[in-house]
Amino acid sequence: MRIYVDPKIEQRFFRAVLWLFTGVTVFILFFIIFYVLKRGLPVVSLGFLTKNPVEMGKAGGIFSTIVGTVALTLLAILIATPLGVGSAIYLTEYTRENWVTRVIRFGSECLAGIPSIIFGLFGFILFVTKLGLGWSLLSGGLTLAFMILPTIIRTSEEAIQSVPYAYREVSFSLGGTKWQTVTRVVLPSALPGIATGVILGVGRSIGETAAVIFTAGSSLHIPTSLFSSSRTMSVHFYILAREGISMANAYGTAAVLIIAILIINVLAYTLMNKFMRKYC
Amino acid sequence: MGKTVIRAKNFSHFFGSVPALKNINLDIFQNEIFGIIGPAGSGKSTFLRALNRLNDLIPNSWPEGILEIGGRDVYAPGTSVVELRRRLGMVFATPVPLPRSIFENIVFGARMAGEKNRGRLTELVADCLKKTALWEEVMDRLETSALKLSGGQQQRLCLARILALRPEFIMLDEPTSGLDPISTMKIEETLRKLQAEYTIILVTNNTKQAARVADRTAFFLNGELIEVDTTERIFSAPSDQRTNDYISGKFG
Repeated sequence: MRIYVDPKIEQRFFRAVLWLFTGVTVFILFFIIFYVLKRGLPVVSLGFLTKNPVEMGKAGGIFSTIVGTVALTLLAILIATPLGVGSAIYLTEYTRENWVTRVIRFGSECLAGIPSIIFGLFGFILFVTKLGLGWSLLSGGLTLAFMILPTIIRTSEEAIQSVPYAYREVSFSLGGTKWQTVTRVVLPSALPGIATGVILGVGRSIGETAAVIFTAGSSLHIPTSLFSSSRTMSVHFYILAREGISMANAYGTAAVLIIAILIINVLAYTLMNKFMRKYC
Repeated sequence: MGKTVIRAKNFSHFFGSVPALKNINLDIFQNEIFGIIGPAGSGKSTFLRALNRLNDLIPNSWPEGILEIGGRDVYAPGTSVVELRRRLGMVFATPVPLPRSIFENIVFGARMAGEKNRGRLTELVADCLKKTALWEEVMDRLETSALKLSGGQQQRLCLARILALRPEFIMLDEPTSGLDPISTMKIEETLRKLQAEYTIILVTNNTKQAARVADRTAFFLNGELIEVDTTERIFSAPSDQRTNDYISGKFG
């Protein structure tokens, strides 16, 4: 038996349902941002951004943790981008699809699903103790790099695969070598996709706590070398909130973190659009 | 009749165990426009792609027999594929401008060959665009994206991009299949002018195009060369019934 429903009403009903779903998603997102900013922004001032924490973060600012976050994220990206893009190029351009590539791909996908605290533990055992790097930017950067590597490989691979095959053919037919084809035709066209992967990686690195606390430590000093221990904003937030040191400063840190991520995303996509507009 | 510059002797090309070309024997002479006609899947494109070894990109494919350019086997070990492809410029069925400026598209090959001198590159661009009658249309916007050109202009750009390689041969794989009659006419006119300097191989699924521009025409069917003769003969008194059926439109 089929109940007759006026198509117009049906249409209206599903439009309303889908609108509701979207609305809920957007509402939750804005609620979180609004809540954090409302509780955090009153604390944020120029002094908060430029002064070092005093008394474990009860007073003073968060300058050293900003430095720590930037340094750690940069390091992770600098390590993971060449490795990830290189692997993606190898997998897509230099090998044919076979069981080896499938195993590599499967492995990297599994890697993406591993909880970050496991990466933290792995980094702690390998870099901090076994290799003797101690709690340091280097240990943390390497750990984060491994954590974001699968994302970068995956997105780069997809970006490279979506470059039209005809471009490669043209490059070869104009006397291009494989390497020239990759660097002059494939990579420039795949750049927006690759950049998206890197930006996702930046986002994950900035927000990461578990993997960092195990590997980069939680020193409140401004890092002076790759071997200094350093605290990132998210670790700072965690410690302030967990130890009940200062909820106000914890939310202040969270607000700065959220704004920083927003700015990075907006900036990256604007730059990319500008770059892409030129020839498309 | 000019000097033979391309010679196929019992040449076959296999994709897997399936031959896409079977025992082709033909000669192409210097400075002629050599037309290749035939229905889809007859091996016309495979023949072109065998000449510049673009077929190498396809896994599990191999040639058999001899294919010589200037007396030297294309598939002989030690042949530089890069050099070979520079000698045989190729235009594809759909125009494929790279997502770069008009200028950068033209000098793409030269840059890959290591040319850096800005003056020589500028000269090259002007020269090649003039030869393809595109100069007047784009001279004031060389730095804009090549993707903004019309289809016909894009195809002439692709032709210019090949001339910039300073090749000996121009191979065109159904170059006007997606173009309007006026753009087609412009390409054909350009080819006639270029004939003085280059040997041109024109694959086309438009038999009338072969009749209009080719000096000699070959008819391919199911990977076999059915016959090759002067275009006049092929279109007035072909010796094979199948050729006659094809050019009179009974199949294709």
